[in-house]
Amino acid sequence: MYDGGKIIAGIVIFLIFALFPIYSNIGKAYQPPKPKLDTPEIQKMVVKKCVEPKEYMIPEHMKLIVDWRDAALREAKRTYINSRGERYTISLQNTCMKCHSNKKKFCDECHKHAGVKPYCWDCHFVKEEE
Amino acid sequence: MGVWFSLIVVIGLIVFPLIGVGLLGLNALFGIVVPYVALVVFLVGLIYRVITWGKTPVPFHIPTTCGQQKSFPWIKYSKLESPATGWEVFMRMFLEVVTFRSLFRNLRTEMGPGYRPVYGSTKWLWLAGIVFHYSFLIVLLRHLRFFRQPVPEFVSLIDSFDGFLQIGHPHLQITGVTLLLAVFYLFLRRIFIPQVKYISLPADYFPLLLIMGIAGSGILMRYFLKTDIIKVKELTMGLATLRPKVPDGIGVIFYIHLFLVSALFAYFPFSKLVHLGGIFLSPTRNLANNSRMKRHVNPWDYPVKVHTYEEYEEEFREKMKMVGIPVEKDVEEEKPEESEESEQKE
Repeated sequence: MYDGGKIIAGIVIFLIFALFPIYSNIGKAYQPPKPKLDTPEIQKMVVKKCVEPKEYMIPEHMKLIVDWRDAALREAKRTYINSRGERYTISLQNTCMKCHSNKKKFCDECHKHAGVKPYCWDCHFVKEEE
Repeated sequence: MGVWFSLIVVIGLIVFPLIGVGLLGLNALFGIVVPYVALVVFLVGLIYRVITWGKTPVPFHIPTTCGQQKSFPWIKYSKLESPATGWEVFMRMFLEVVTFRSLFRNLRTEMGPGYRPVYGSTKWLWLAGIVFHYSFLIVLLRHLRFFRQPVPEFVSLIDSFDGFLQIGHPHLQITGVTLLLAVFYLFLRRIFIPQVKYISLPADYFPLLLIMGIAGSGILMRYFLKTDIIKVKELTMGLATLRPKVPDGIGVIFYIHLFLVSALFAYFPFSKLVHLGGIFLSPTRNLANNSRMKRHVNPWDYPVKVHTYEEYEEEFREKMKMVGIPVEKDVEEEKPEESEESEQKE
């Protein structure tokens, strides 16, 4: 091989970049996040249900929350009627966080894993957790 | 024709996981086997290609230059356009890779008055090319969030810069849009510019359409047909830790995205996309323009049997003298003595 040293060095540098996800994780076991649903408010509920079904909330909660923001702040609409026909007050602090009062164990748990930093808390107040 | 063929292949690559996962439930095949096979084909194929190039001799010294060559010390020479040392070659190559300098010189040729070609500056190809490559790089780096836990700080930083417009939720990432727009421009260019269309082959259309499919499915998955990202990370971390598993409840859109990416990786070493490695092994770029200082020996050269004039004269001196041809050395009688002397010396 001509200029073998340089070419091998180039290949090694390429492999260091290309295989980074594999060699930096080798031997580690990944623990998926487990958001906690054991707040006092949720335990008090007879039928444990969110504003919308869980299957909808997992992928779409961010859209619902941002729609709520627009409804409350831009259209002054404070009532949300969900897919079951139930009425909810549009409020992050008083509706969402009433049940999910454990931001660290609920919101942050998954957001950290997904590398997501929502800007809810730029404006909203986070209650102190014990 | 090439467009339609490429389009059909890309649609086939979308339908394949759609049936495989959506109807037949072959999640492990599409979630584990295909990505691993694609990665191995990509790495082995690319290294094989690079080593093959490395073994190929460069018979002639062929750097392409566009600046004053180094000659006398009092003539200023162009270090980047006509590099004379290894370091200057490195700088030239670095700027080529990072800023696509040679593409920046791209010209448009038009027929001017009197059937004369007229050249004009056109930077659109360079602009789309550089936007495309950098967008793809940033998109690739952003995806590291699926392969590291905790998510590296620089990935979060890239993400916050990329999404600083704070449009929608999940927030719009600028590079996703610029990637798709740039690749779309590069595609339209091949359709609408007649000269470019004439020289375009399926091998040109297919990667563009495939990357459009990848970016499109990714954008669709992020903003519209959302799927459980935590489950997706479980799958990707399984791949990265070499403990693969397929969690339930991941949408088909993810498998389509993954399959298209796998197709791109597997296709990479067999296509023009190997310019990733090839750019570094281009003799027109990676050679110093020093042929006046250093002799470039053709590696193909074998020892040629030569018969020099001295040997010729040695052989035919007597005959040449007989017919009156002038000889350089007239050593009729002294010659044998000389050779004896030299032998004794040795």
